[in-house]
Amino acid sequence: MFKKFKITCDEATTICDKAQYGEASFYEKLQLNWHILICKICALYSKQNRKMSHLFKMKASECKNETKCLSNMDKEALKEQLSNFN
Amino acid sequence: MNQTNNSNNLSPNKWVDDYADYLFNYAVVRVNDSNIAKDLVQETFFAGLKSAKNFQGKSTERTWLVSILKRKIIDHYRKINSKKGQAEVRMNFYDNGENEGSWIEERVPQSWNNEAEKTIENRELKSQIDKCIDALPEKYAMVFRMKTIQEFETEEICKELDITPSNLWVIIHRARTQLRNCMEKNWFNK
Repeated sequence: MFKKFKITCDEATTICDKAQYGEASFYEKLQLNWHILICKICALYSKQNRKMSHLFKMKASECKNETKCLSNMDKEALKEQLSNFN
Repeated sequence: MNQTNNSNNLSPNKWVDDYADYLFNYAVVRVNDSNIAKDLVQETFFAGLKSAKNFQGKSTERTWLVSILKRKIIDHYRKINSKKGQAEVRMNFYDNGENEGSWIEERVPQSWNNEAEKTIENRELKSQIDKCIDALPEKYAMVFRMKTIQEFETEEICKELDITPSNLWVIIHRARTQLRNCMEKNWFNK
């Protein structure tokens, strides 16, 4: 049972990434925290990962505010193509 | 066309004015390329015309067109998926042998020089993030963007792209470790 509880760095960082979106399960978090106790590298990854998430959040809030539209020229071209189709 | 008009209340000649922007925006946040998005919208309209007689009026015209567009996006996703293998992904972990799942030595995270305070300010940083995302394989970039930048629900992405949640997390994980390396090299430890 204890063997199953141990995870590799690859698995640990996968859980760590999942946790950044608040979607890691309780059991996964336990596994991750245990791994972080014994693995300095993943502990660093985990710390930096939070910072990365912070940067991505900034980008996300910026992108949310813009809506993209087609130009009128594109629309006219589209209309023409559609009418040719008929 | 008159015929189809009468039978099911579609009005294709108003499609461009009524829905082009909506569909384009829908597509562009998913494929992140305005030319591809334009093509997808166009294909959607054509497919709509072709199958207009199948429209049963159960949903609105817009919902119906969106469902066509969704399928086009999945097709696009499948195409890039098969076109680009996973070979070009630089793995951070050993994938077999005694060390399976451990960090590959030269890809171990380094500590970062810059202080957290330096981050918020600038455009340069944002464009560097963009560059790093663009350097990802297309499929990874797409899933990563949908999850992280557009903040879609996991379930929604899985449904739209026809993948399982564990697929999704592996993709997110690979994308993020790769982005981390890219940012480390080009920003934090520059």
